[in-house]
Amino acid sequence: MFNVIAQRLQQGFRTSAYPKTEPQLPDRFRGLPIVDATKCPDGCQICADACPTNAMLTGDGTLRVDMGRCLFCVECATACPAGAVSYSQEYRLASRTREGLITDGRGFELAQALEGTTRRLFGRSLKLRQVSAGGCNGCEADVNVLSTVVFDLARFGIQFVASPRHADGLLITGPVTENMRFALEQTYEATPAPKIVIAVGACAISGGPYIDLEQTHNGADSVVPVDLYIPGCPPHPWTILDGLLRLLGRLEEGSLERPAPAAAGK
Amino acid sequence: MATSYAQLSRIPLAEAVRLADIPRLPLEAFRGALFDETNQGSRVAALFGRPQSPQLVRLYAVLTHAVDGTISLISCDVSDRYESFTPACPQVHWFEREIAEQWGVVPEGHPWLKPIRFHASYRPGHDAWSRTVGATIWPSVTDFFQVEGREVHEVGVGPVHAGVIEPGHFRFQCHGEHVFHLEISLGFQHRGIERALIGGPNKRTIPFMETLAGDTSIGHTTAYCQAIETLSRRQPPLRAQALRGIALELERLANHTGDLGALAGDVGYLPTMAYCGRLRGDFLNATAAICGNRFGRSMVRPGGVLWDVDAVRGEQLASRLAPALVDVDGAAELLWNSRSVVTRFEDTGRVTKEVAEALGLVGPAARASGIDRDVRRDFPSGIYRFALVPAMLWTTGDVFARAYVRWLEIQRSGQFVLEQLHALPATDLRAETGPLAPDSLAVSLVEGWRGEICHVAITDQAGACAHYKIVDPSFHNWIGLAMSLRDQAISDFPLCNKSFNLSYCGHDL
Repeated sequence: MFNVIAQRLQQGFRTSAYPKTEPQLPDRFRGLPIVDATKCPDGCQICADACPTNAMLTGDGTLRVDMGRCLFCVECATACPAGAVSYSQEYRLASRTREGLITDGRGFELAQALEGTTRRLFGRSLKLRQVSAGGCNGCEADVNVLSTVVFDLARFGIQFVASPRHADGLLITGPVTENMRFALEQTYEATPAPKIVIAVGACAISGGPYIDLEQTHNGADSVVPVDLYIPGCPPHPWTILDGLLRLLGRLEEGSLERPAPAAAGK
Repeated sequence: MATSYAQLSRIPLAEAVRLADIPRLPLEAFRGALFDETNQGSRVAALFGRPQSPQLVRLYAVLTHAVDGTISLISCDVSDRYESFTPACPQVHWFEREIAEQWGVVPEGHPWLKPIRFHASYRPGHDAWSRTVGATIWPSVTDFFQVEGREVHEVGVGPVHAGVIEPGHFRFQCHGEHVFHLEISLGFQHRGIERALIGGPNKRTIPFMETLAGDTSIGHTTAYCQAIETLSRRQPPLRAQALRGIALELERLANHTGDLGALAGDVGYLPTMAYCGRLRGDFLNATAAICGNRFGRSMVRPGGVLWDVDAVRGEQLASRLAPALVDVDGAAELLWNSRSVVTRFEDTGRVTKEVAEALGLVGPAARASGIDRDVRRDFPSGIYRFALVPAMLWTTGDVFARAYVRWLEIQRSGQFVLEQLHALPATDLRAETGPLAPDSLAVSLVEGWRGEICHVAITDQAGACAHYKIVDPSFHNWIGLAMSLRDQAISDFPLCNKSFNLSYCGHDL
């Protein structure tokens, strides 16, 4: 018994003060991509060619990143000869729309809150059923981690429940394999309306690394309508939490100015 | 009929072999070699098929000899059926089911011949279950082992589970609470990765490796990179090897710590659950401090690594890891000193050494049953050739043993990481990998946190990937979980499941 108390003191209080304070992220964290088309040599396609998921949209003197496909790897930034691509420390990346995930480097619209009835119903209490449909256990793990003492998801009234019949919505990870399509449809059907769907990670948004493979579909919205997209591979837990809280209207709304680049270097 | 034991040539692991040099044995000699070698204590790290013509499938076996750290490669050609190896060599049971599903080759007399991933045959017109081309294949719709009797009942669970966890289907044959048998049917996560790798390497290859089992990104990507390095005859610089080792052990630390917390949570012991949940994150954050991603994405690449740890960063990491290790120590001690926890863990989900050996279990699950098996020592590659991580054993084979082996490994891995951080060799981070040897085969082994990861790469005449075989440790170990449930209460299932914590996507590929 004394050991338990002594250990409790040793382990300390670990729940983050977020959202009162900003989360601590590692200096090499790759957040919102920063692209600057003015630096691009004419007709250059190097970043687009290097990108494993074809997330770089080039042409007509513009350069945009589709964060719904982006794996936040280093291929584009490493390949670019002109320094036109880099990553910022900005972790707030969720969007209510698929198009909203496409950034041209001039800022980014933060996710809007739910409206009307759904916001009134879910704003202070949201129960989610998680469905992994071909997920690699990366997104699943960093969704799960929200329930640990550090993030303490329950203090925001959000919980993962064991059955879709107890849920207000689904949180989907993975590209939706053909072998999970039916189970996902059934789980969606079993969730009482009104319901919401949240797609977490590049796979669930676009297929991610599995885009256009024969055995997979290209993300959750190929099967069910999606209300919130949280990009990343996997998204950082803070990115997921920010997305959930914005959806519920629990954080201030707004848009981001062009963020400062992360410290360069390897 | 048996080939004599001495005839098989033993080759070092890190050597590519020309396909033409791989012994092609008559089926009976192949069978004899397989039985002889496994009877002598060697293992089958991989057994897979590759079509040679519309009528012939070539079977390749990768036999590993822990006694001297070498491997043997053998092959033989089969047509649509052959006599199953499984009855005499149970450790290949899952491989034979995979071959049957992929290539429509029937191992006659196999005791459990059912699909493992539920996809169409890769050789249209040849189907082990006589399904027609284009027929819809429903996952987990197959024959299940059934126990009959008036009071016997069946419990089905999944694919969608109650927790935040990947999908799979479990079917229990019960008498009241008592489980006679558990059958595990997977394939819901099947994405078709092995086939998508053919023709590579290309820009999609690395993301496949990093996400084929996303909690083992470092393990699988290192296994892939080693195969590529073997095929291009290039070794990564020493510093890169050390950094790969650090990343691999951090992956082990994070997952083992998370598992201890999850096991504590499953028996309702909340202090350790809460502490380990947080501490797991500390190890993931240490990985992110190195490469920017908590799961080690964008860390390992053919020829080396992408991110350095300089002296300052190394100090910062060490100064964060040391107290985290002290805290894991405290959290784990609470578990072992709580009689109610230990009593609940002990004698639950026992897998005997004989069963574990026969089924070819790997990793902590095997070591918890007293099998002295660890790739880092038996088939060392990279930094493990210079720095030994002792294999940690326990003998009871129960949930307690699987938890305790993890705890022992946490201590060894923590020490390894701290030592390596202070002794990083002063070399480059990456060597150029040249073109891959054509018409060759390379085997790569890594001790991931779940156990032995085996990758086999075969190149075509242009040096591109012609065939790629991935064996996640879960491929061997799912049957171990099924065995652990025999004669247990069904309420022990969550605990037994956590004590294995196997990968669905790593199995389903």
